[in-house]
Amino acid sequence: MTVFKMTAAQVARKVIENQSLFILDVRNKDAFEDWKIEGHSFDYLNIPYFDLLDGVDEIIPKLPADKDVLVVCAKEGSSLMVAEMISDAGRDVFYLEGGMKSWSSYLEPIKVGDLTDGGEIYQFVRLGKGCLSYMVVSEGEAAIIDAVRFKDVFTNFAKEKNVEIKHVFDTHLHADHISGGRHIAKATGATYYLPPKDAEEVVFDYTPLEDDLTVKVGTSQIEVGALYSPGHTIGSTSFIVDSKYLLTGDILFIDSIGRPDLAGLAEDWVGDLRETLYHRYRELAEDLIVLPAHFMNIEELNEEGTVAKRLGDLVAENHGLNIESEEEFRHTVTDNLPPQPNAYELIRQVNMGKITPDNDEQTEMEIGPNRCAVR
Amino acid sequence: MSIKADIKIDCKGLTCPMPIVKTKKAMNDVGNGQILEVQATDKGSIADLKAWSESVGHQYIGSTEEDGVLLHYIRKSGDEHYIEAEKNFEQTITNEELIDRAPEGGIILDVREEAEYAFGHIEGSISIPMGELEERINELNKDQEIFVICRTGTRSDLAAQIIADKGFTKVYNVLPGMNSWCGDLTKKI
Repeated sequence: MTVFKMTAAQVARKVIENQSLFILDVRNKDAFEDWKIEGHSFDYLNIPYFDLLDGVDEIIPKLPADKDVLVVCAKEGSSLMVAEMISDAGRDVFYLEGGMKSWSSYLEPIKVGDLTDGGEIYQFVRLGKGCLSYMVVSEGEAAIIDAVRFKDVFTNFAKEKNVEIKHVFDTHLHADHISGGRHIAKATGATYYLPPKDAEEVVFDYTPLEDDLTVKVGTSQIEVGALYSPGHTIGSTSFIVDSKYLLTGDILFIDSIGRPDLAGLAEDWVGDLRETLYHRYRELAEDLIVLPAHFMNIEELNEEGTVAKRLGDLVAENHGLNIESEEEFRHTVTDNLPPQPNAYELIRQVNMGKITPDNDEQTEMEIGPNRCAVR
Repeated sequence: MSIKADIKIDCKGLTCPMPIVKTKKAMNDVGNGQILEVQATDKGSIADLKAWSESVGHQYIGSTEEDGVLLHYIRKSGDEHYIEAEKNFEQTITNEELIDRAPEGGIILDVREEAEYAFGHIEGSISIPMGELEERINELNKDQEIFVICRTGTRSDLAAQIIADKGFTKVYNVLPGMNSWCGDLTKKI
């Protein structure tokens, strides 16, 4: 029978549209347990490719006949080999083009909503890594917030929308993924902003992102306003877009809150995190829609694939916003931390401009799930 | 420094799954207890060769990197002969007793392959791989206590017997061996 190719974009549609898929993941066990393609209706079988070198007879009965079967590996080669064996055994089968490497890189742009006077805000969902980037477009201009490193995705999208990128922001110095911010700014002539308190060690030029700074996107004056909100890092800054959306960076997520330890200062920043979550954010309008820079699992995706929720709902439902005792809060965000993200110290160095790894090395650093949150 | 291997294969420039496919094939020509060196550039080979070795029962010794090339060392331990073999040499000592007695002198003789020794041995131990023991026996001193160690106590059992047959009397087989060694290890790579 036949071997078909499936792209990361096609897998992303299956995740978002809640379709079923049977994933035969042929990476080794540790890699699978650490990180896999998550889908609401996906089933999984993990058997390392090197256990299948002598044949696939044993697993054929375990592959469902009524679902697409997708073979997945790290880069592609092994999944293609196994897919061919399965096809030789008389079954139709798919392999993932580019493997987990391409899954980790894929971004799905989804419109979150309309802004005043025909403006729009888009969320770029990086399903494989849990990263969320944003583009605000209005009357021929665009602002980008927390861009991941795939610069062309953003510049091409801007071209498609016929808008000029004017402002590029990072809410903080990221530790879990490599920022594309300053590279987009360089390629488009846009201004690149970074919170100065996170930027003490950076080796490139940037415009300080200060509290209360506002920029206008387009002539109709859609406002992107900065709100200093430390806690994940000392410089962490949120944005309020068009008085409608609250971009929280890595401070507040849908089902979790930011962790204060990725720059090595958990104890020092707990107080800031508490202050931001329990005071600064509480003074904001409850109808603001929270748009975080990450999601942790696909349960946080809305029906159309976006990750967004009303601030008032989060105040009511998010466990991290409902820890009354300060002592318990401190304990939760300093003592119960999940493992730190893959290569997070190296990633910070890259984002400071101190090291410039090639594309393969960057891919390698970013492998693995998102781990920026405390539940 | 280069580590001795019985057979070497070149998987440079190959990507997954080819390093494992070639390694599996090459293993057919490697004798039990011998060392295979796999030269690879694919970083994924580190986790995969280790996991594959464990799943088929070979001993993954370790890897080093030289000029961007990963050098993996795998020892073929193909059958239960190595796992459940009977140990016959009568004078034995446990790992813990060895630690206690170390200050009193004597030598620790490590009879594992050079590659295994290179990736972790007891500081001060000397290396004479099993296969070289008979021809190098004159390097040993009959007056010293000799504590023979290997990975699981099987090779050292045979080695202790060989040494004793040459007229050595203060010879001990260390059990269970390096596999269960809890003390510090020194590397030579």
